[in-house]
Amino acid sequence: MLRKSSIWVEAIRSGLIGGAVALLLCLVGIVVALGQKMIISGVISMGQIFVIAPILIFAYATARRAATKTVDTLLLGAVAGLSSGAILAALIGLGQVINLRAMFVNASPDLYKLLTFGLTLGPGIALLLGVAAITGLIGAAFHLLPAHIRGTLIQTILWVALIGLLRDLIMTVSQNWGPVIPLVKWMFAASGLTLLSAIFLLVVIGGIAYWRYGRSRQAHISKQRTKQQQWIRWGTLAVLALIIIMLPRILGIFFSDILDNVGLYILMGLGLNIVVGFAGLLDLGYVAFFAIGAYTMGVLTSPELAATPLTYWQALPFALGVAVLSGFVLGLPVLKMRGDYLAIVTLGFGEIVRLLVLSDWLRPWLGGAQGIQHIAHPVIGPLDFGSQQMLYYVILAGIAIATFIAIRLKDSRLGRSWMALREDEDVAKAMGINHVATKLLAFMSGAFFAGLGGTLFAAKLSSAYPQSFQFLVSINVLSLIIIGGMGSIPGVLVGGLVLMGLPEILREFAEYRYLVYGAVLVVMMLTRPEGLWPEARRRLELHEEKELAPREEPQPVLKNPGGRR
Amino acid sequence: MLRTWRQRITFTDIMIWAIGLAIVGVVVVGTIKTLQSGKYEPSVWLDLTIKGLAVGGVYALIAMGYTLVYGILRMINFAHSEVFMSGPITAVFLANALAQSGFLNKQPLLSMLLITLLSMAVSAVVAMLLERIAYRPLRYAPRLVPLITAIGASFFLQYTFRGLYGSGFKGYPTVTSLQGTWNIFGVEVFKTQTVVIIGAILMMAILYAIVQWTKIGKAMRAVSEDKEAAELMGINVDNIIVFTFALGGVSAGAAGILYILLFPIVWFYMGFIPSIKAFTAAVLGGIGNVPGAFVGAMLLGLLESIGPNLFLDGLGILNPSQLKDAIAFIVLVLILIFRPSGILGERITETKA
Repeated sequence: MLRKSSIWVEAIRSGLIGGAVALLLCLVGIVVALGQKMIISGVISMGQIFVIAPILIFAYATARRAATKTVDTLLLGAVAGLSSGAILAALIGLGQVINLRAMFVNASPDLYKLLTFGLTLGPGIALLLGVAAITGLIGAAFHLLPAHIRGTLIQTILWVALIGLLRDLIMTVSQNWGPVIPLVKWMFAASGLTLLSAIFLLVVIGGIAYWRYGRSRQAHISKQRTKQQQWIRWGTLAVLALIIIMLPRILGIFFSDILDNVGLYILMGLGLNIVVGFAGLLDLGYVAFFAIGAYTMGVLTSPELAATPLTYWQALPFALGVAVLSGFVLGLPVLKMRGDYLAIVTLGFGEIVRLLVLSDWLRPWLGGAQGIQHIAHPVIGPLDFGSQQMLYYVILAGIAIATFIAIRLKDSRLGRSWMALREDEDVAKAMGINHVATKLLAFMSGAFFAGLGGTLFAAKLSSAYPQSFQFLVSINVLSLIIIGGMGSIPGVLVGGLVLMGLPEILREFAEYRYLVYGAVLVVMMLTRPEGLWPEARRRLELHEEKELAPREEPQPVLKNPGGRR
Repeated sequence: MLRTWRQRITFTDIMIWAIGLAIVGVVVVGTIKTLQSGKYEPSVWLDLTIKGLAVGGVYALIAMGYTLVYGILRMINFAHSEVFMSGPITAVFLANALAQSGFLNKQPLLSMLLITLLSMAVSAVVAMLLERIAYRPLRYAPRLVPLITAIGASFFLQYTFRGLYGSGFKGYPTVTSLQGTWNIFGVEVFKTQTVVIIGAILMMAILYAIVQWTKIGKAMRAVSEDKEAAELMGINVDNIIVFTFALGGVSAGAAGILYILLFPIVWFYMGFIPSIKAFTAAVLGGIGNVPGAFVGAMLLGLLESIGPNLFLDGLGILNPSQLKDAIAFIVLVLILIFRPSGILGERITETKA
């Protein structure tokens, strides 16, 4: 137990760290950039959330560490919040004395205005400190709530915030649905929700979440699936499938384009998931296969480069073949490498491919920095899959095939060999697994899906440029499978939607996506390394102690097992 | 012995050796053709050599960060590129302020020292924060976990500095007394390159002395040998690890200032390529080995600056210097295949990694 005085010191320290985080977010510019993006119109913006959230979280952490549940805890939170506020106040004060903007481009008047709530200096800082203290108090109060109410509340707030953020998407979608329009118009202001609808949503979603919580507790008692439940399950799946098929119609051209990108990343994610998730080979040069697929497609179908341009379908087997072959070529030299070395060599491979494509040396064959234009897109009979809305179906088919293959592979002999290699290479070898063939097959199947993604990417843009195949693409794909949960197939879908979809929809966010990715990767590894939708086996591996600890010791059936005396 | 050796040859070995031989063949043929064509005068080669040594010196100092951390934690600090970037990108503000006040050209030595100290301090602080926040909680996690954390941290730092200081390029002011050339033994040498080479050697010597001859260096080596035993001997392992990160940061900060003497432009993405090369250099020399990092870096610097003209020009490749980064990566792959222990190192990729 901490001594009483040290609790308060701890609270101030924790608050100062929270303030420092908030300060960093301010100076990085994310606060001002999202300051106009309202969640509840006129009440709170996304930018303000970025200031409040660290204060709230660190105050909550203080309260939790203090481990007391009294009025003192609330005071602790307020102290933590106040010290966070003091740091921000110091920033404003400093900004008045010297021109911080000479160094920090984002220490703008807009930032000061946002932090002082548009008031003059004195009252503004006073209000800021007050709000910070109250925020800290609320953070600590969260700790005092019973666990299930806290969970429900957080869930509800997150959902309402998400709906507020997705205003543009919901507005666009609802335009095709006559009867919904007035409701949607009532709900949303020019940016974000209206105050009234926010309260309404809070109540409704909170109610649902609470009700579901109650049900999930009952469900624990009777877990057997009745026939009725099975019907419901199939019904939901059918509706979901219908929605997925209708999606481009519902969303319109602009959002279909985003949807295509998300789809391509999911496709690549499914491939990388085999390499990283199943076989445990960290591949940072995954973009190379994507590039190879796109460029092979380009070289074979573009009238600029090919003597006899092929159609998309004729060129596809060649493109996939070249991608798989390059997977084999990369796989060979790295067979003996593990972990970190493998990561950096594959990274080098990705860069070599990009540098070669960009070089003047190969310009006559690959187009150099100007890239390749007029790449063919898929056509089946009268159906032209050139537009974003039509190409979606080809990508969807690709994802469906990839998912099917991945699911089938996962529990096959090969899949189990991959997992054995991932867990312990030496033991796997000793058990008679051919590590050469197994590893090469992992690289080759990963390359296959990336190559397929590449051909579709080239078809979508009808062009391929070296700039499209940066190292960042590999990082995007890696992030999405890690967020989703390494080795987990539904995790890839979730990761793709969250990581690729959200930043595209929240345009203001795009500038900061890599900042957020980086932070998310670190926080994820620190707190929840198994991902959002983890594979069962990996969850066990990473939380061995936690899974085993709460179980009670099994009661000995016999006092004297084995007949020993 | 011979029989077992024959039995152990597999298809993959043959393929790998074929790749290796093909690359050696390209290098030899290219070199002969280039030299026969007589396209370049000897003075060109000398210039390229000195340039290579200067670049190699920068790589050596960055490589120190990788090597020190690897020696102790057996992990590759992927975010070291951002440790390297953070120093010079912050010190540029001091440099410009000094240039505006005219102090830079009045007292070039003192102001360069101040700029270097600031750069070192910032890099060291970033390295220590990185260790404290991202790596320490994961010290006993499965291997992939800290690696992914490092990649995440790297991106976070890059885009944090982009947000803080803006996304554009920033130029360093030129020091007038460092412009032009010196005549050393009848050879015209750029002053900046000379300063970089001398600075790098000096800094390497200091680092080597710290690791080899001070008490804390001894503790570092002890922790590197065996963490538990070192702890039992009364060494505070956490402090030693923090010190190691700080030392790597100081070295990277110094490397940053030497780097901007060669290429006086900073931006948030500047760390990526030099750091990958430095990592290659560390592996080339034998990672975990301080003199190895120096030897490897100098060698890589030379290969990269002479290589494109020497190996590729003779083969009729247009603008071979575009491919100098590719050469570095190919070198990395080749060492990891044929001599993973590096030039001066112990064998590690299979046993400890």
